[in-house]
Amino acid sequence: MSKILIVAEHDGGKLNASTAKSVTCAAKIAGATIDVAVLAADAAVIAAEAAALAGVSKVLVVESPANKEPLAAVLAPQIAKLAAGYTHVFGPSTTFGKDVMPRVAALLGVSQVSDIMAVDGSHTFKRPIYAGNAILTVEAPAGAPVVATVRVASFAAAAAGGSAAIEKVDPGAALPSHTRFVSRSGASTGRPDLQSAAKVVSGGRALGSAENFKLIYSLADKLGAAVGASRAAVDAGYVPNDLQVGQTGKIIAPQVYFAIGISGAIQHMTGIKDARTIVAINKDGEAPIFESADIGLVGDLFKIVPELEKALG
Amino acid sequence: MRRIMVGVKRVVDYNVRIRVKPDNTGVITEGVKMSINPFDEIALEQALRIKEQGLADEVLAVSIGPADTQQQLRTALAMGADRAILVQTDAAMAPLSVAKVFQKIAEAEQPFLTLLGKQAIDEDNGQTAQMLAALLDRPQATSCSKVDIADGKATVTREVDSGLETLEVDLPAVLSVDLRLNEPRYVKLPDIMKAKKKPLDIKSVADYGVAEGAAFKTVKVDPPPSRQKGIIVKDVAELVGVLKQKGLV
Ligand SMILES: Cc1cc2nc3c(=O)[nH]c(=O)nc-3n(C[C@@H](O)[C@H](O)[C@H](O)COP(=O)(O)OP(=O)(O)OC[C@H]3O[C@@H](n4cnc5c(N)ncnc54)[C@H](O)[C@@H]3O)c2cc1C
Ligand SMILES: Cc1cc2nc3c(=O)[nH]c(=O)nc-3n(C[C@H](O)[C@H](O)[C@H](O)COP(=O)(O)OP(=O)(O)OC[C@H]3O[C@@H](n4cnc5c(N)ncnc54)[C@H](O)[C@@H]3O)c2cc1C
Repeated sequence: MSKILIVAEHDGGKLNASTAKSVTCAAKIAGATIDVAVLAADAAVIAAEAAALAGVSKVLVVESPANKEPLAAVLAPQIAKLAAGYTHVFGPSTTFGKDVMPRVAALLGVSQVSDIMAVDGSHTFKRPIYAGNAILTVEAPAGAPVVATVRVASFAAAAAGGSAAIEKVDPGAALPSHTRFVSRSGASTGRPDLQSAAKVVSGGRALGSAENFKLIYSLADKLGAAVGASRAAVDAGYVPNDLQVGQTGKIIAPQVYFAIGISGAIQHMTGIKDARTIVAINKDGEAPIFESADIGLVGDLFKIVPELEKALG
Repeated sequence: MRRIMVGVKRVVDYNVRIRVKPDNTGVITEGVKMSINPFDEIALEQALRIKEQGLADEVLAVSIGPADTQQQLRTALAMGADRAILVQTDAAMAPLSVAKVFQKIAEAEQPFLTLLGKQAIDEDNGQTAQMLAALLDRPQATSCSKVDIADGKATVTREVDSGLETLEVDLPAVLSVDLRLNEPRYVKLPDIMKAKKKPLDIKSVADYGVAEGAAFKTVKVDPPPSRQKGIIVKDVAELVGVLKQKGLV
């Protein structure tokens, strides 16, 4: 019988959607009991949101000022203690989970299964390697805890409607003081979140400047879409780093993805493999993006994008 | 000796088109161009810059891999690393075992800073740095895009999903580096010659008391599902038509 502990991701006030997606992944393991651990300074709202997820049995709450910021070195020893008695410990494969979960794995004496994209059994998982150019099926040993991150783009969010018990716990771990939070500069844009948006409009190097990138923002706003970018556009400073889509940026699965002035390098395509429909606008008919696009339009984006915005009414 | 340790993994070059073996046991690596993991070049560049600022005395490059990994370590020495250790093995190594080898080397060499890549572009595990930090009971900072060293501390900026996060960590620490930290220098021909004289020690995994072998059983390796061939539309009007028909706008 699998007993799974999911490490909740939150922003200090609200639960991140990546947690509900991790629950869906865990629920693919037949007969699993699923608990969620919330480590926070002020956990009431977050714990209530976690308890409302369908399929969750229990929410373990560790409330402490030390858990105000998500510092891996502080969270990992607590999670490792909470893991006692669980067969699996899952976290989302977001920058939060990628930071903390391998540290948990090392404390538990196991390697981590990174980026689960499909569950074949309680210990057998599919995960992408080589930027998603190959899919590896691995089997973890039955006798050891499975510590894993969940590729959130591969799973829908668990529905609401649950009513799990909430239990305050004290893992009693010794916490280090060698790591201190200084600041966070977040881009709260009022636009949909790139990682969970149904529609995404992305721009590439072809935009040429931060000023020109307004074309992308404007089209996105018209569509109610999130904005993304290629690495080249981020490196050139047109947009902030948190908009990067790809192997080393965000892996997303929107209903529709507009790639505008993006060539379609494999590292970029890795980020949108699960997009339902890919629309490419590029002036080069030979650009690799057209090999993967569902709908392609060859032409100059500076002409097409304003036209498209207008045509959408 | 103020030492920085850097991980240098030999991986299939990022430009190579990856093909899965017909028998589904892995990807084809025979006859394929191999390079230093791009993130590790960035880690090494950062170590060299810290040394050039007078904040370190020695840069030690470490790799775990087959005999041919000497090529990548020679490149690292040509870039400017002072010496290298190759922990030679033909076996697959569990990420935790890789971290344990780094741990043993760190305990012997006492680096004040260890710089690894945020992920190796072959296995894409992204776990070695965090595991090493846990094993050493030291601070970690992953996906660093800025690193400042002063007064026994590192102030680092991390690329996170919500933007940028700044942490202060006591040294020694283990950092994993992201792409925007720096642009690695090119290797010059005379440096390649000089690198031949730099020390490159060859060790075995057993020398560090670590077991060889993978963490998990590889059941199979498949190519990714291919997308259906798309259509080309001739103008914006047709594009909007198709999008509307699919209910996407
Ligand atoms: C031929 C082959 C077969 C394999 N078979 C299996 C298998 O069957 N099962 C399985 O679980 N794994 C297998 N592996 C994978 C395993 O060896 C991983 O490469 C290892 O676990 C590290 O994971 P990663 O490279 O993704 O590290 P990441 O954690 O992504 O690497 C991050 C950083 O750590 C450092 N680093 C990591 N590895 C090294 C290294 N070797 N030398 C120097 N620095 C390093 C680098 O700085 C790197 O940028 C195989 C690997 C090879 C080459
Ligand atoms: C280790 C590693 C990791 C990486 N990770 C990522 C990642 O996570 N995400 C990512 O995106 N990249 C990543 N890259 C970089 C990637 O290889 C490409 O360099 C990058 O995606 C290119 O960005 P681009 O498509 O915007 O630029 P380019 O490749 O320069 O393409 C620009 C495109 O715009 C078209 N164009 C130009 N002008 C116009 C116009 N007026 N109208 C219409 N079209 C026009 C051109 O035809 C061209 O196809 C990574 C690379 C490495 C080595």
